[in-house]
Amino acid sequence: MTVDAWLEAAIKDAEARGLPDLKPLLEALARAMRALRAADFDRPC
Amino acid sequence: MLTIEEFGRRLRTGATTSSEATEACLSRIDALDARLNAFILVMRDEARRAAQAADEELAAGRDRGPLHGVPISIKDLFDVAGTPTTAASRVREGHIAAADAPAIAHLRQAGAVLVGKTNLHEFAFGTTNEDSAFGPARNPHDDTRSPGGSSGGSAASVAAGMALATLGTDTGGSIRIPASACGIVGLKPTYGEVPLDGVVPLARSLDHAGPLALTVTDAWLVYHALVGRPASRAPAPLPVAGLRFGLLRDYFCDVLDDEVRMQFDAALGRLRAAGARVEEAAIPHAALIAAVYLVVSFGDAGAYHAPMLDRVPERYTTPVRLRAEAARYVLAEDYVRGLAARDALCREVDAALVGCDALVLPTLPISAPRIGASTVQIAGVDQPVRQLMLKLTQLFNLTGHPAISLPCGATAAGLPCGLQIVGTRMQTETLVRVALAVEGALAG
Repeated sequence: MTVDAWLEAAIKDAEARGLPDLKPLLEALARAMRALRAADFDRPC
Repeated sequence: MLTIEEFGRRLRTGATTSSEATEACLSRIDALDARLNAFILVMRDEARRAAQAADEELAAGRDRGPLHGVPISIKDLFDVAGTPTTAASRVREGHIAAADAPAIAHLRQAGAVLVGKTNLHEFAFGTTNEDSAFGPARNPHDDTRSPGGSSGGSAASVAAGMALATLGTDTGGSIRIPASACGIVGLKPTYGEVPLDGVVPLARSLDHAGPLALTVTDAWLVYHALVGRPASRAPAPLPVAGLRFGLLRDYFCDVLDDEVRMQFDAALGRLRAAGARVEEAAIPHAALIAAVYLVVSFGDAGAYHAPMLDRVPERYTTPVRLRAEAARYVLAEDYVRGLAARDALCREVDAALVGCDALVLPTLPISAPRIGASTVQIAGVDQPVRQLMLKLTQLFNLTGHPAISLPCGATAAGLPCGLQIVGTRMQTETLVRVALAVEGALAG
């Protein structure tokens, strides 16, 4: 699942559950997920 | 303020008793706690009984060691038999602990007198202590400010003389952050050293328990009791001259309040003047620490909170409920990436420690924030309080290295700053010997 697809689905689910205020937290989580997926820990910085 | 060491000397020369020290703490609680809100439960009767028993034991020739008769407060995440473990949350209404957590049992065996259970950020899920079912705890240095969190009531209780030491937990910095904000010492031992059975979890793979106290020696004495091996005295400090410190500057010192930076640089200057060597060290993937911490801590916390969020979501404070709900959305594949990244960060901290006795960095980039502030300005730029408060401590929860915060000067407004020292895994005693040396050099 791509991060974009995950974020879209998560926001939709949160809104359906009456939790629209989750959006900024989910966006922060999406930024963290993107950073982790882009990282290469085997490659020296 | 009375240290455990000084109390012990006076106790054994007959200059004071446990009952006197306990009454002094209870009087401070009566005088100050309406303002500071450090305690959720004050155990007056039990404390008086335990103090009297400690005095009787000593009179009969039984000395349990350095914590004999010492009044200590307990973060309200630990089970204390017969009392509620609230975690500062209405979610746990009606809970009564059937037995002591092993850490509490160890403290009692060492002779400690439990004076009460302290306020915290609800479920330890925050760094300011603002979100608590019992209202915010306040900083004894300025009651419009946070004492830090999540062990905020614990730190406030020691800084205000309401206990001689306290027991806290640390998942992203929750011992070291309030220690720094309140101007006391906070020790996070190596991961796994202090038992966590009977402690409400935040993120089990990151949770640590440990002491907050007025001095490094006091913290050491409580730590040793917590691990079930009471020490008769603290180890000797290592000589400052010749100590080698790895300074974590890149990323860690990029965003610091000017006064915090000044106090930190002054502390490094004193260490150098005393003959210590301070050389720059680096964590190559430091820029990813916050991302790794968020994914791993949320993954762990989401699993724990899911059943309660399904059953009684309305009982959470709103900010903690939102955090716990967001935590449930972490994907397994990203959690596994987070664990792999965590292993890599662990190797990087190990590598930074090669050739060093310890790493050194500030504990907090800012002094205690105002209660209710979501941002703080540094160099004209608004910075989010929560992320800032975790920024310098969370790495060592991911990696499990022992870390200690010591007082390191204060701002012009009198708000304490903290210096953080990080040691090699499973070498908490060596870290404490370094910290004793640093404490001496900064005081001299």
